Amino acid sequence: MSLFKLTLKELQGKFTAGEVSAMDIARSYLLRLSQVESKIKAYITLTPKDTLLQQAKAIDDGLKAWRKTQPLMAMPLGIKDNICTEGIRTTCGSRMLETFVPPYDASVMGGLRPHQPLILGKTNLDEFAMGSSTEHSAFGPSRNPWNQKYIPGGSSGGSAAAVAADECVAALGSDTGGSIRQPAACCGVVGLKPTYGRVSRYGLIAFASSLDQIGPITKTVTDAAILLNAIAGFDPMDSTSANRDVPDFTKSVKKKDVKKLIIGVPREYFAEGLDAEVSEKVQDAILVLQELGGTIREVTLPFTEQAIATYYLVATAEASSNLARYDGVKFGFRSKESGELAEMYRSTRSQGFGPEVKRRIMLGTYALSAGYYDAYYGKAQAVRTLIQREFEAVFQEVDLLVSPVMPTPAFQLGERLDDPLQMYLSDIYTIPASLAGLPAISVPCGLSKLGLPIGLQLMGRPFEEAMVLRAAYAYEQATNWRVKRPVIRS
Amino acid sequence: MASITQKEVEHVAQLARLDLTEAEKPVFAEQLNHILAYVDQLQGVSTEGVPPTASVVHEEPVLREDTPRECLSVEKALANAPLSHNGFFVVPNILGK
Repeated sequence: MSLFKLTLKELQGKFTAGEVSAMDIARSYLLRLSQVESKIKAYITLTPKDTLLQQAKAIDDGLKAWRKTQPLMAMPLGIKDNICTEGIRTTCGSRMLETFVPPYDASVMGGLRPHQPLILGKTNLDEFAMGSSTEHSAFGPSRNPWNQKYIPGGSSGGSAAAVAADECVAALGSDTGGSIRQPAACCGVVGLKPTYGRVSRYGLIAFASSLDQIGPITKTVTDAAILLNAIAGFDPMDSTSANRDVPDFTKSVKKKDVKKLIIGVPREYFAEGLDAEVSEKVQDAILVLQELGGTIREVTLPFTEQAIATYYLVATAEASSNLARYDGVKFGFRSKESGELAEMYRSTRSQGFGPEVKRRIMLGTYALSAGYYDAYYGKAQAVRTLIQREFEAVFQEVDLLVSPVMPTPAFQLGERLDDPLQMYLSDIYTIPASLAGLPAISVPCGLSKLGLPIGLQLMGRPFEEAMVLRAAYAYEQATNWRVKRPVIRS
Repeated sequence: MASITQKEVEHVAQLARLDLTEAEKPVFAEQLNHILAYVDQLQGVSTEGVPPTASVVHEEPVLREDTPRECLSVEKALANAPLSHNGFFVVPNILGK
């Protein structure tokens, strides 16, 4: 059996048992990458073959000396290209950072490195993580492994496509308004956005700082728990990181039932605009959760309707401020045709940013500008409070919420590129949990008639990733969607 | 309420330090108007007395001792600079010639 087909848990088992070496793993994945990467385009930067083989050899040689393995040792991972990796180019999908080589590691990399994983490369994303399809990447879109005419979702589309196409065993993504969960749903893999504060953002290139969160994209729920264990926890380098105990998340993926759990079905997530096929698959999944012992209760979250408008004001306002740092002075691109300083700023930013980034900077700048601040940014912040309160109230009654991840399966490449608002509307089910900072997972729940994956979302209370994982695991074990894999035709 | 004119688009672009081409201006004006018309639905929500949420952090802010520790070397900090000289970032004239 080809090693690249295994899950993280399976591969870890074989490596720990000494059945396969790090070198075997590296060779298997190099073969796989040579077969499918030219079609999927999941990566912006691949680790050079020789470097990878050297790393694998070092792991094998070291093992002979200590005979001790770490959970992620020799595990081939993809890292979203907005996570800083010391000495490895980190572009953020932008011309602005095309040659940027971070002088330090993001804290999540600091968490991974002692495990000695094999970092296969940096995965594609919409420029500065702004988008739902990877079509806004300055380096071209990634393809959906299930059908290459379709988007892989975004912004962590490269990570999700790489996992689905067996181009890495697991990957890190980041989620601001759905950027882990939506591509996971599009590509038929598992994606977990942890609670805001659970995973350090230090070294994650900032888009909207009050929303950004790093999380795992994996083949199974168990794999997500393993990867989350390695990256979760307090970090003094991130003032918004939570100083709380981190449970062993792999302990929550053991029980195959959801007995005693009350699972809420928010009415607003099944309203107009939801594709009939998606609705059917999610309803089927809810029945499965009921059969597994869950108590299903309809609930209502009326402010869901305002979530997209709130998000696109809050996130763009924060982005316009965060992206002010790209001025052609300290790092990144500088326009050649620079006159005096202010001209240099403008020409650098006009040439370095793509159209979607400019659009969001413009919207955010407008929302923060004198005369409009209260009406737009201030208003959105107040509505965000209402959205958060509404979740708090509902979570007094239920333990989890279940919903679709996306109103439709993946759309075709190019289909929504000319209509930014239409693209934004596809984030309606993922944005509310982002605004409230809640943990939420996407787990595969079926295929459309066209053979495109559909995702089920489970949302939990703050810092209750364990419960989210438990229910997602029970559902995954009761169904066999995981067994169906995309066939990538050559 | 929302209706952003091309002149306002130019003003916002200046605030954001962006130069828009003549072709980009009407496109941005149209797209921003489209988006602003959508976000205007928030005006119908009553938020009287509702405090703003800037962050959902559930923790009390913590302070640490202000002790010096190692930081990036000058070489590393300048390694990605488009232009540097003798340990400094080089920028064009601020006031022009």
